[in-house]
Order: sequence, then C-alpha cells, then structure tokens
Amino acid sequence: MSIILKNINKSFGPFKALSNINLEFPSGELTALLGPSGSGKTTLLRIVAGLEEADRNDTADILFDQESVAGSPVHRRHVGFVFQHYALFRHMTVFENIAFGLRVKPRAVRLDNRTITEKVNRLLSLVQMESLAHRYPSQLSGGQRQRIALARALAIEPKVLLLDEPFGALDAQVRSELRRWLRQLHDTIHVTSIFVTHDQEEALEVADRIVVMNRGVIEQVGTPDDVFHRPASKFVMEFLGDVNVFHGRIEGGHAVFKEAPGESTEAGARMLIRPHDLLIRRPPDGTGSGIPARVYRVLTAGSVVKVELIDHQNRLLQVHLSHERYRENPVTPHEEVVVVPHQPRVYAGEDKWDGNYVI
Amino acid sequence: MDPPVWVNAVISAVALAFLGLFIVAPLGIIMMEAFRAGVGVWWASVSEPDALSAIRLTLLVAAITGPLNMVFGVAAAWAIAKFRFRGRTFLLTLIDLPFAVSPVISGLIFVLLFGLNGWLGPWLADHNLQIIFAVPGIVLSTLFVTFPFVARELIPLMTEQGTEEEQAALSLGANGWQVFRRVTLPNIKWGLLYGVILCNARAMGEFGAVSVVSGHIRGETNTLPLHIEVLYNEYNFAAAFAGASLLAALALVTLAVKTLVEWRSGQA
Repeated sequence: MSIILKNINKSFGPFKALSNINLEFPSGELTALLGPSGSGKTTLLRIVAGLEEADRNDTADILFDQESVAGSPVHRRHVGFVFQHYALFRHMTVFENIAFGLRVKPRAVRLDNRTITEKVNRLLSLVQMESLAHRYPSQLSGGQRQRIALARALAIEPKVLLLDEPFGALDAQVRSELRRWLRQLHDTIHVTSIFVTHDQEEALEVADRIVVMNRGVIEQVGTPDDVFHRPASKFVMEFLGDVNVFHGRIEGGHAVFKEAPGESTEAGARMLIRPHDLLIRRPPDGTGSGIPARVYRVLTAGSVVKVELIDHQNRLLQVHLSHERYRENPVTPHEEVVVVPHQPRVYAGEDKWDGNYVI
Repeated sequence: MDPPVWVNAVISAVALAFLGLFIVAPLGIIMMEAFRAGVGVWWASVSEPDALSAIRLTLLVAAITGPLNMVFGVAAAWAIAKFRFRGRTFLLTLIDLPFAVSPVISGLIFVLLFGLNGWLGPWLADHNLQIIFAVPGIVLSTLFVTFPFVARELIPLMTEQGTEEEQAALSLGANGWQVFRRVTLPNIKWGLLYGVILCNARAMGEFGAVSVVSGHIRGETNTLPLHIEVLYNEYNFAAAFAGASLLAALALVTLAVKTLVEWRSGQA
C-alpha cells in the first residue's frame, strides 16, 4: 500500500517539530527516516500511525492508497507499529501477546480459537521463536522481545509496518544481526515499511530508500547510493558518515582553500571530503597541489587503515585507506606529508559550488 | 560486609522488644480483656442488638466506600498518570488533602455543608433529607477520609508503566474499553487490590470524622469504633473490649489478605 503525506506540520507549543512535509512512500518499499534526535522523524512516524495528530490545516492530508486517513484514529488505521522499547504486554505470554490483535477484533470478523492458534504458531516460526511461546516478556532478551513485538504487529496483517528505532535499545552485535533479518523478512512479506533511525549505517544497509531529515524538514530523499555519493546538502554529507571539512573563501570566481580563511566568513567556502576520498603523498613526489599535514596516528586494526593527520591550521584530518594501498606507501607518526583530495564537494555558504577551486 | 553477630542480635532484640511492647502486647491485652469474663459474656456483648447494628453499619460503610473509592481512585490515577493536562498538579494536591487535614475537620466540613445550620441544610430539611446524624453522612465522611488510598497506590505504578503498552494495544485495533480491560487493568490489579485493602481497613476503623457526623444514636448511627467508645465511657469494659476484639480481628484479617496480595504480586 502506498502512503502519501501532504503538507504535514506539527508544533509542540512554540517548537516547530515538522514543517511542510510532503512525501510519498511507494507500495512495498522499505523506507528509512534518518536524522539526528530532534529532527522530527519519530513525530512524523507517529503521525502516519495516528498516535499523534498533525496540526490542523486545510491542505494537510494523509493518504493510504489514495484514501484519506487523516481523520481516523490509530485503531482504525490498520498499521503495525513497533516501539523502540518493545511495549510488549508484560502480563501476557509471548503467545498471547501475538494473539492480542486477533482477539480484540469485533465478534463478527474474529477468527475462531483454532485458527488464531495456527496463525500465532505460523508467526512464531516466522520470527524463529517457536520454543518461547509460553514465556513472559520479562524472561526474554532484548532481541527476542523485538522479534515478538514485530510478530505481534504482523499478526493483524497490517497494510503498513512502522518501526520506531526498532534496534535502538539493543547491543551492537544483536543489532546488526536483526538488521539483516529485518531486510530478509521484508523481502519475504513485502509490506510497505517505514523505520525511524538515527544510525546512518543502519539506514544505508537496510533501506530501499532513505529520507534524511533535519530540524523538521526533509533534506533529501533517495536511494542509499544517492544520499551517500550524491548528497544534496552539506547536512546530508556530514550526517552520512565521517567527513573532513576545510574552510576557505570565494575569491575572483574561485573557491580558495590555500591559506587560513580571512576574517570575513560571509562569502565563506567549505570543502567536504570523505576520509576514503583523500590520498596521502610524500612532498617530493606530490603533485604540488595538496594540503600539507603531519601524521598524528595510524590505526591499522580494522577493515581499513585509518590515518589521522594534523594540518597547518591545527585541524584533525582523517584518511581511510585500504590495507593494500597503505602497504604500498606506509607512513609513520610525525612525518610531513601532503593530503590530496579526490572527489571533493565544495559549498559556498549553504549552496553547492560548481566552479573551480584552488587548494 | 555483614555486621558482627552481637550487633545483629542487639538490633533484632530492640526491634522485637519494640514490636512486642507497642503492638503484640496491646493486641494481647485486648483479647485477654475481651475474654476475661468468659466466652459467654463475650458472645453476649457482641450479639446484643446495638452491637450487631454497629457491626452491620461498619460493614455497610466499608462495602459502599470500597467499590466507590476503587472507581474514583482508578479514574483519578488514570488521568494523572497517563495524561498531561492543565491543573494536573492541582488535582494531585487535592487527592492528598484528606491525608493532610485532621479527620475531625473532615467531619466538620460535612456538618457545615449539610447540617441544619449549614449551607445546604435548609434545602435538605425542606425536602426531608437527612445526611448529618444519619448513615449518608457517615458514608460521605468515610469516603472523604479514605479517598487517597487507591489513587496514591496506583499513581506511581501507572506513571512508571507509561503509556506505550496502551498505544501498542490501540495500534493493534483495540478500542478504549478493550485497552483498559485487557492491558491497563491487568497491569495494575495487585496495586489496586492493595489500595482497596488499605482503604477498607481505614473505612472500618475510622473514628474522628465519623464521630463528628454520626450523632452517636445507638442502634442506628453507631459504627463499631463509636460503639466501643460509648461502652468504654459507660465503664462497660467487658463489652467495650469484646467490640475491640472484633475490630482487632478485622484488622488482622486485613493484614493477612494484604500479605497474601503482596506475596502474589511479588510472584506475578
């Protein structure tokens, strides 16, 4: 089922949590709402679910499959909602938790007990938890609880699955395991899903599409590849992964990063480069243009070699190299080198700068 | 690190001595005095018409205030714990009011409101309704005094539990009543029972507020505590202690039920 949001605004007192959100979630896709805390992503998800109401105005609307649901309360929207802290019913067994949505249906459409049992058992095997049916939530680990919460949401065969920071309360290992599992699950059941996260890695790994949010507005909508390699704004670039920032100025049609920036930062220019888009050269065979810097630390434990350098303006630079590349040209701390950008992104103020630049 | 054995022994001895002196001994004396003249006298004292009427009235008051306070308490706790609204703190203070004022004042409030010279007195007299010096006044003042017990017990519990389970139930298609019946109520049932037990104990034992509004009419508006006081003032010690033994027995039963509830809720 497709979801369309039109002109959604939300204020909490004087605080504007969302301003003019227009979004479309295509049917069957897994979309991530990505942003820092306070960016409005959870509020937006709760508005889609009906747990929160958008500010009233004539143009605001929420459409599920072209049909407006803005006026219907949460229990009529038929959405599956998974909470960050699971919100399992503590006094019910795992089995009863999953069966809840089936048992509260009006008598006329309620399934009989045998069918409910069969269905719950099917869901238990879908989330690989058959053996724990008679446990209580307090007897389960965090990862198990989140699986049950998911099965419970799926039991009502929702048209949309909404997940609020589903892995936020779990430790790193369980997180990455569940992440992969959620992706596989989505590939089997294909229900339109939206999940909220502040973890860019999670969004990049799991989602079909990413909506990057900041301070109640949408910064960019795109595939993981789009938002990572073609960020629409400085914010997106900085939020999605480590980035080196160089300050400079606009001078005679060029963005100049050669010396320390002048006093006036009005026409300030910034160059943003990902750590893996920087190369390290030694001065003699350097190409001439580059940023002189001194090696500070070399971290070789990990999938890439991380080199930290200090440039002449006393700023920390990060360079990530593959182990092969590093071995061709190893450096040692305190060594003077030149850092050469490859694929820099230059911004004049907040806008992208497509002109020339001088390093 | 555990303290030395003798320290443990001293602390335990002090605690036991205190308990014995101020709780076990008085209880024992009540029972002893009640049965001093024999079981026959005790039985005669508790089965005479005035005593029976006092027992009936006490049980009636408890039977009315218990369920009413259960409903009020759950409603107030639900509103305060699960919603944020203007006047929430004020409501919280209001609930504590009966704890803060002396029971005698609580009784006087009702006399001032409903008494013959009170605000509503003339109107009530015109319509031939009697509240003060009658059973409705006793019920009202007991209700007032016992109001905070259930709400006070539930508010911290419900605040701690938050609203996420209710939201989850709503998202699964449950309506308001189903959410309350299937999610909220089971989560608070032990706390609720505990509050009702405390409320009940207080309702049966309440003296001050009831004393002001009852009028001490024998066989009509005397509750068990008032009945005991009247007997005691008449130097009828055997009958007074017999009544006291009944009240003490009710307290012991309440304690036993409370312990059972605590034990069960600890298990759940």
